[in-house]
Amino acid sequence: MSRYYTQEHEWIEVENQVATVGITDYAQHQLGDIVFVEVPDAGREFAKGDEAAVVESVKAASDVYSPVSGTVTEGNAALADDPSLVNSDPEGAGWFFKLNLMHPSQLSELMDEAAYKEFVAGL
Amino acid sequence: MSGAPEGGEDVGPATLPLNAWHRGRGGRMVPFAGYSMPVQYEGIMAEHLWVREHAGLFDVSHMGQLLFTGDAVDAALETLLPGELKALGEGRMRYSLLLAENGGIHDDLMITRLPAENPFGEPGFYMVVNGATKWDDLGVLRDGLPDAVTINHMEERALLALQGPKAVTALARLVSGVEELVFMTAGAFGWNGAALWISRSGYTGEDGFEISVPADRVEALAEALCAEPEVEPIGLGARDSLRLEAGLPLYGHDLDDDTTPIAADLGFALSKRRREEGGFPGAERILREREEGPIAKRVGLIVEGRQPVREGAMVVDADGAEVGKVTSGGFAPSVQKPIAMAYVPAALAEPGTQITLAQRGKIHRAEVVPMPFVPHRYVRKKG
Repeated sequence: MSRYYTQEHEWIEVENQVATVGITDYAQHQLGDIVFVEVPDAGREFAKGDEAAVVESVKAASDVYSPVSGTVTEGNAALADDPSLVNSDPEGAGWFFKLNLMHPSQLSELMDEAAYKEFVAGL
Repeated sequence: MSGAPEGGEDVGPATLPLNAWHRGRGGRMVPFAGYSMPVQYEGIMAEHLWVREHAGLFDVSHMGQLLFTGDAVDAALETLLPGELKALGEGRMRYSLLLAENGGIHDDLMITRLPAENPFGEPGFYMVVNGATKWDDLGVLRDGLPDAVTINHMEERALLALQGPKAVTALARLVSGVEELVFMTAGAFGWNGAALWISRSGYTGEDGFEISVPADRVEALAEALCAEPEVEPIGLGARDSLRLEAGLPLYGHDLDDDTTPIAADLGFALSKRRREEGGFPGAERILREREEGPIAKRVGLIVEGRQPVREGAMVVDADGAEVGKVTSGGFAPSVQKPIAMAYVPAALAEPGTQITLAQRGKIHRAEVVPMPFVPHRYVRKKG
């Protein structure tokens, strides 16, 4: 398993061509208390960079982009009942959606964990 | 993920006397009204709920504290504000509006008649105006008031708001006698040699106080208040969600130069004598609207589902055409639902009316409800 990161603070973890996408701990901390998450339905197709989900804190709404191209296999239904999972476990139970990768080569354009840490440290 | 949620860029804005104290307390600073201000400490949700159950300390030093002195100052101020000032007693305050010639609102404010004994010097009127508008307000006031009235913008004073059901308990330990104040009254007090002006007022819907304090003593006072077990420092994020739940409009969002007091549902700010006599800016239009009813009106909304509908969202008719707009909105921590304020056509303003909102291409349903969303808990008389 490998985990990749975007400059927009999404993480993507890939296992057997299926990717799980969420937002990073840094992002949830910046947003504050999450009160609503809209995740995509299975079957939706995204190109890399498409708006794929919406996350709302008490203060602000933010779009979440698909880090790569693919077809959604599942949105995280648990977030409808408990959006605060994104605060409590952003890089685990607070995942947003799963994708079948269309172009696995796109992963090489993303940051690995060390690069993301360095990126965040510079913000 | 898009957007810079809550800043972090704080190069540029001016600093206020508590700037270093906020940072030391873990406040996340953002630019607001030209100043660097704390948006949150622990988190908006927790801070909001803390204020509803205990007491929260807000730094509102960005707001303008103005002193008006001189002959017939009450009559002079009445030419710009629609409230009864001539008959306002010493230490009594009211919510009022700085009106534009067209009947729109330059700013909303609190004004108090000062007794002879007050920390600012002469008797007169003390006014607190919004931080983002204070410089424009000063221009309007200087242009509109006669030379006999002196305006002193007291930049050497800071302003704290202590809000919540335990505010009186905590503050009375430091400043005895404040428990004698009732809602919308104020008086002179002292704390460790610092001359304070304290009013029982605020903008959260809770009981509480606003405390004017010399800027060089505000850090010590804030520290002393937060040493009380009931008190935590609270950021502007929770101040906004608290005032929204309390149904209180925010200037620059729910009120502006084009909005009349009648459309804004602030008719109570027009005192009876002033309604009968007129003689304030926009009086003709405002009084006509009061008789005939406004075209649009500010209402409260409870939004279906969990997704907040925010400022800028449209109120739409059955064909999807815009008929109104949301001016404030968010998730209400005490109500546990998304709530909003919106301007809607008068025909849609009755509580119980179902309305349709459009935000970022998505339709939301909402119901018009009476405000406040959370009952006010002002202390109106002793006991």
